[in-house]
Amino acid sequence: MEDLVKTYGGRRAVDGVSFAVARGETFALLGPNGAGKTTTMEILEGYRAADAGTVRVLDLDPQRDGAQLRPRLGVMLQEGGLYRAITPREALRLFASYYAAPADPDALLALVGLADATRVRYRRLSGGQKQRLALALALVGRPELLFLDEPTAGMDPQARVATWELIRQLKASGVTVLLTTHYLEEAERLADRVAIIDHGRLVALGSPTALTRGDATRVQFRAVPGLDLGALRKLPSATDVAEPQPGVYALETCAAADLLVELTTWLRERGVLPTEVRVGEASLEDVFLRLTGRELR
Amino acid sequence: MSAPVRTDDRVAALGLAPSAMSDLERGRAAPLWRAVLAQTWVELLLSLRRGESVLVTLVIPAVLLVFFMSVGAIPVPIARPIDFLLPGTLALAVMATGLANLGIATAYERGDGVLKRLGATPLPRAGLVAGKLLAVVALEVIQVLALVLIAALAYGWRPQGEPALAALALLLGTAAFAGMGLTMAGTLRPEATLAGANGLFLVLLLLGGLFLPLEALPGWMEAVGHLLPAAALADTLRAALAPPGDVPIGSFVHLLVWAIVAPLAAALTFRWE
Repeated sequence: MEDLVKTYGGRRAVDGVSFAVARGETFALLGPNGAGKTTTMEILEGYRAADAGTVRVLDLDPQRDGAQLRPRLGVMLQEGGLYRAITPREALRLFASYYAAPADPDALLALVGLADATRVRYRRLSGGQKQRLALALALVGRPELLFLDEPTAGMDPQARVATWELIRQLKASGVTVLLTTHYLEEAERLADRVAIIDHGRLVALGSPTALTRGDATRVQFRAVPGLDLGALRKLPSATDVAEPQPGVYALETCAAADLLVELTTWLRERGVLPTEVRVGEASLEDVFLRLTGRELR
Repeated sequence: MSAPVRTDDRVAALGLAPSAMSDLERGRAAPLWRAVLAQTWVELLLSLRRGESVLVTLVIPAVLLVFFMSVGAIPVPIARPIDFLLPGTLALAVMATGLANLGIATAYERGDGVLKRLGATPLPRAGLVAGKLLAVVALEVIQVLALVLIAALAYGWRPQGEPALAALALLLGTAAFAGMGLTMAGTLRPEATLAGANGLFLVLLLLGGLFLPLEALPGWMEAVGHLLPAAALADTLRAALAPPGDVPIGSFVHLLVWAIVAPLAAALTFRWE
């Protein structure tokens, strides 16, 4: 899968996003709700045509070559999309019948932890069980490329960890995974590379470590909003200062220890009490906040 | 609720790894007939599992047949009431399956995103439609057997005329009513389809000449009834199932037009999401 550029929509749901995902890679689209993640996925899955740009999936055009492409893809949509009265086993057997060489339905049910619920009707399954069934249905065709839209939304923590483990196993066995999420932890744990999307634009792209490395020497604190950034920037050890959100301050530095001393002195002189002073490696959440000026949730 | 189990080597055991690509069948769609047969089976199974489907497709036609045979309220001279009422009930059964059951179920599948999800599988849309229509025909076979059995055992009905022609008429009726049902399912919200299909079902039941001859209705109702496909189907069935099996050409052509126009409307207007 390679070379992907596209613009979409009268309201520009996806605005000139480009990226390429290598075979065997796990790639996460990270962003808040409404950022354009799902639209991007649906263009790749062949549901929507891009208004501009080119899309290639497994060297095929999702619009023109859908019939060739679909047997090689596994798709998990945000909303389950299943018959209300069907049971998990019936659903897996039905979906298996669409593929020439499917995986074994019962083994898949065991793999996603639904062995006890094979005869329960879909509408009676819990939200997490529905998600796990949707994942099993995405896998039954033994896809080369897996699209997972918010794969662990609605799962309890235990099921979420187990699903992450399963996705890691799939990756280890060579399956290419493209997932959307608004859980930072999910992106950090699973993805080889993360694309941060906001307002339909790609604002950052790289491995979770590469995205956070640039902020390795960084001091962040919370205090009253509206502190004098110009004065903060004049602190001897500060190289850059920003207030990405009112009351959240991020200082770049080459000497974190010195900066901390200077900062606490400076704040005490002004009678400001900082909360949540953090030093060192930034998380993806910090990166996201800095790039988009808003928090994910 | 059970927690997902540790996966260990089961991902490999399931053959999910692309490295296990020695099998050439991987990444290919199944033969279409196999997918369509599986689809047909599931569609039929789910219909029989829904109480409201069984009610409208099997119970209501049987109850109406027995009811109208018992009250003997046919206002026109007919040698044997069953020869009038059985064809009418068969027409009702086809309406119930094609218009009400198929239309309403498909509308909810569209609303629930089932059709969208199936769109990401190798099952082509034509395969999905074929599966649905075959399930409709299979359910109609069950309906016809049940109704004919009731007519034969309880009222001494025997096949006469041209049963093959009657079967053809039932298939044309299926095309007409399934087309109407799918047109609603593909354009309206599920709740609107539910109301619309049930309302139309009632109108066709009353103005379709199924249990009451159209001539017994006030003039304007009779005129409306003659435009609708239910009367054309019932007339064709009655003529086909009575000796010598001569089908009135007007009714037959009328039915044929509906059998072409309604599915065409569905095909042109259907929105999958």
